[in-house]
Amino acid sequence: MAQMTMIQAITDALRCELKDDENVLVFGEDVGVNGGVFRATEGLQKEFGEDRVFDTPLAESGIGGLSIGLALQGYRPVPEIQFFGFVYEVMDSISGQLARMRYRSGGSLNAPVTIRSPFGGGVHTPEMHSDSLEGLVASQPGLKVVVPSTPYDAKGLLISSIRDNDPVVFLEHLKLYRSFREEVPEESYTIPLGKADVKREGKDLSIFAYGAMVHESLKAAEALEKENYSVEVVDLRTIQPLDIETIIASVEKTGRAIVVQEAQKQAGIAANVVSEITERAILSLEAPVLRVTAPDTVYPFPQAEAVWLPNSKDIIATAKKVLEF
Amino acid sequence: MASKKGQQFDPVANLHEIEEKFEMFQILNEEGEIVNESANPDLSDEELVELMSRMVFTRILDQRSISLNRQGRLGFYAPTAGQEASQIASHYALEKEDYILPGYRDVPQIVWHGLPLWKAFLWSRGHFVGGQVPEGVNILAPQIIIGAQYVQTAGVALGMQKRGKKAVAVTYTGDGGSSQGDFYEGINFAGAFKSPAIFIVQNNQYAISTPRELQTAASTIAQKGIAAGLPSIQVDGMDPLAVYVATRDARKRALAGEGPSLIETICYRYGPHTMAGDDPTRYRTSDTDSKWEKKDPIVRFRKYLTEKGLWSEEKEAEVIEKAKEEIKAAIKKADEAPKQKVTDLINIMNEEMPANLKEQYEIYAQKESK
Repeated sequence: MAQMTMIQAITDALRCELKDDENVLVFGEDVGVNGGVFRATEGLQKEFGEDRVFDTPLAESGIGGLSIGLALQGYRPVPEIQFFGFVYEVMDSISGQLARMRYRSGGSLNAPVTIRSPFGGGVHTPEMHSDSLEGLVASQPGLKVVVPSTPYDAKGLLISSIRDNDPVVFLEHLKLYRSFREEVPEESYTIPLGKADVKREGKDLSIFAYGAMVHESLKAAEALEKENYSVEVVDLRTIQPLDIETIIASVEKTGRAIVVQEAQKQAGIAANVVSEITERAILSLEAPVLRVTAPDTVYPFPQAEAVWLPNSKDIIATAKKVLEF
Repeated sequence: MASKKGQQFDPVANLHEIEEKFEMFQILNEEGEIVNESANPDLSDEELVELMSRMVFTRILDQRSISLNRQGRLGFYAPTAGQEASQIASHYALEKEDYILPGYRDVPQIVWHGLPLWKAFLWSRGHFVGGQVPEGVNILAPQIIIGAQYVQTAGVALGMQKRGKKAVAVTYTGDGGSSQGDFYEGINFAGAFKSPAIFIVQNNQYAISTPRELQTAASTIAQKGIAAGLPSIQVDGMDPLAVYVATRDARKRALAGEGPSLIETICYRYGPHTMAGDDPTRYRTSDTDSKWEKKDPIVRFRKYLTEKGLWSEEKEAEVIEKAKEEIKAAIKKADEAPKQKVTDLINIMNEEMPANLKEQYEIYAQKESK
């Protein structure tokens, strides 16, 4: 075991997979000798060579096409999109092509590609760096979408994503890259995709969250405990497909729920979680399922992040509305 | 360069100088005469006859496909008549190991590369079995998103290079497609990685109703290869020998590790853009049509081979008969394909069915059992 930040855990997962499977290729803008703009691929080119870890021209769509073509030659590409706000440049390669490869070939071809990309607010990035666009890819049949919130989860989920024989979008929250350390095993391990994780058990209310909002939810749960509310925090980890079983079991136990996301209310995936709960567990509900989200504006100018991004205070306020309904 | 020491740089002269370098490469003229003997490929008599047979077969395939489409026995169909030299002679320069990433009009190339005709018909109708690539046949299903096949080709070519394969990735788009971002990104990536790719632009003069001149002010599409550092050539796309030689040479360079090439074939489609209601009489005159009919690749190749004593009316009738029979058998086989069920479509989504699809599979399985 070693104490690792999330970014170290990600590098470690990439190292494990580069070592274990010679078909794994890591590429993108500045991921080679530079080691990535966030050091996620630090040292990998030196260890595995330019043939395995390499830079590309500055063109996201080309990177997407490169991944598809390499997959057709039996490789297991792990491309990086420098910031997920740049996904618009490569939407066709991801949603129009990669997601549909197995289907459009009648199951005769597949594309085991894992797209890594950072996103998320709270670190005053310039325009189009922090937008939460997971809802776009979560709505595309053929894609799995993973958003880890801890170093331990990040490593196990990334290894699982790379080994999956279908495409996965792996989104890494910028604020969580180095915000804390955690014990992470040095050897390879996997965490199944599509499985949520109960980060804190409780009896009175379920909070469903992912990404940076998991930590805000845990903070809120602690504060609510001081007011004698027992709050369960479920980290979705994979937001497509959802772990319905864990979500419903939690709601059936607590009878009350909120869903927390950093994305705008009209975006993200919170509405999906609410729908699944109302379709499957309405008879367990003591109150409506409310959402904590960002307002439906364009992502804020950096100086406005603090007033715009949802935080533990918003979560506490919404939780109380549901608890006192 | 246009500018000499002491002279002011003249960008206009520079542009013209570059554009003048892209002269159309031709071997066989409209009369079926060799006009460029030194470039004439060393194809054996059998090879020449085989190439002609494939072109005739493909012309019949086009005529029958249009008719089957009109009868409602085929679905989506993009006519190919006029592009036989461009499509078939370029394919003729390839080997089985080469990988083809076709556009939506490039069904003939993948059929000659090994996709059974009945599957091509199922693809036209919209049946998942049509996209199922037989083991060992190096193709993708025709690409509908114009340009996407170009960036993917850069990836396939890089993969081949990394695997040390002695093979190339070949892709096709039209004149309109050369305006897409993915067109440029594809040729530029392949150039930067020096990978074994051949990018073919079939300039058939129109993107649906939009004439070639409206796509770009560049005087040739071939010269767009310069932007990516690719050896590029403009070829008479109605001349099977010239298209064959240009593709063969690009393949040789790619296998020698010299990277990708861009080939522009100047051709013409006699039919509409697709059979989905496009009416060419709205945007082009019969004058233009008859001008291009004189350039017909089959007519000039027929003259050439007949002159050499390699082709006859009987031989052509034989090929036509064979084509009609094979098409008939293929349509029959396509008719026999079982109807698609939702559970089939769910089954081909993932290797391991995710939870949401497992649930939906059960629902549809029950519905289908009633």
